[in-house]
Amino acid sequence: MHRTRVRVVEDALDANNTIARANRADFDREDVVVLNLMSAPGAGKTSLLEATLAAPLPGGGPRVGVLEGDVQGSLDADRLADRHVPVVQLNTAGGFGGECHLDANMVRSAIDQLPLSEIELLVIENVGNLVCPAEFRVGEDARAMVCSVTEGEDKPLKYPLMFRACELVVINKIDLLPHLDFDLDLLLHHLDAVNPHARRMLTSARTGEGIEELREWLSTLAARAPAVL
Amino acid sequence: MHELSIASAVLDTALRHAGGRRVTTVAVRAGAMRQVVPRSLEFYFQIVARDTPCERAELQLTEIPTELRCDTCDTRWSPQVPAFRCPACGGAEVAITAGQELEVDYIELEQEEAVCIAPG
Repeated sequence: MHRTRVRVVEDALDANNTIARANRADFDREDVVVLNLMSAPGAGKTSLLEATLAAPLPGGGPRVGVLEGDVQGSLDADRLADRHVPVVQLNTAGGFGGECHLDANMVRSAIDQLPLSEIELLVIENVGNLVCPAEFRVGEDARAMVCSVTEGEDKPLKYPLMFRACELVVINKIDLLPHLDFDLDLLLHHLDAVNPHARRMLTSARTGEGIEELREWLSTLAARAPAVL
Repeated sequence: MHELSIASAVLDTALRHAGGRRVTTVAVRAGAMRQVVPRSLEFYFQIVARDTPCERAELQLTEIPTELRCDTCDTRWSPQVPAFRCPACGGAEVAITAGQELEVDYIELEQEEAVCIAPG
């Protein structure tokens, strides 16, 4: 027996990225812009979607569809059921105890169920997690994240990969600020250090503060020309 | 916690290049920005590699430090904390020249010795 070295030099996530490009081609063919929405568990992704989709989006009301990614169950999809938008639930359970993120192949498996010809914007609500979702492209045009004020000011420094991956950081639950020892300026300072280009938005899904700005952003995103993946 | 996902991706890449042959080493280059925990990656790799040609293969991990370059004033530095503004001019247009890698560099395979048959 002898050993042979085989040079590989290949991105370990190449296979995922190839499938992500195939997803993008399918979305582009149907003129659907795709947003990958990420956050830690409980930051308020679904609450924000409930609030933003309560009425048609401004700017001619681009039609929205939602792909709900969860380890298990359809609780989030059920919550969005009365928003009159098509919602498809994707569960990652099975295999190794349920994946903690969506990858391109999982999204690919759900494409057939999505009414792509009836929507202009697809929001993919990723599994709540600040680590793995940042690694896996799913075929999206844009990535945004929700960071709630109950999570602490240091999160951009602890999860720089996620905070750098997103072009929009929504800071949610600001109605709680009077009750917390939370330094908003410090969070914004850390965010500026990690991702100076990120757009920031302050919202409360509960009171509706900042929701109109988020609705405007989604509407503008829906009209965006496809970016090169 | 993303080490399990990365271990699976590394395994898939290695197996694709191994073509069914027995793998003894998988060399991975990981940039510091990917925040890979070496022992955790090795642990998960041994689990996902079970019952494959990569079973018991050694995972060699090389960490690549983050290197940044300011597009405005050309300052180059290696940040110890995730701060991406130029320390010299405060500029936000900063290129990441190293530290984002996550690649399988090479694999080593076990092969039968070539048998030389003497003529006649």
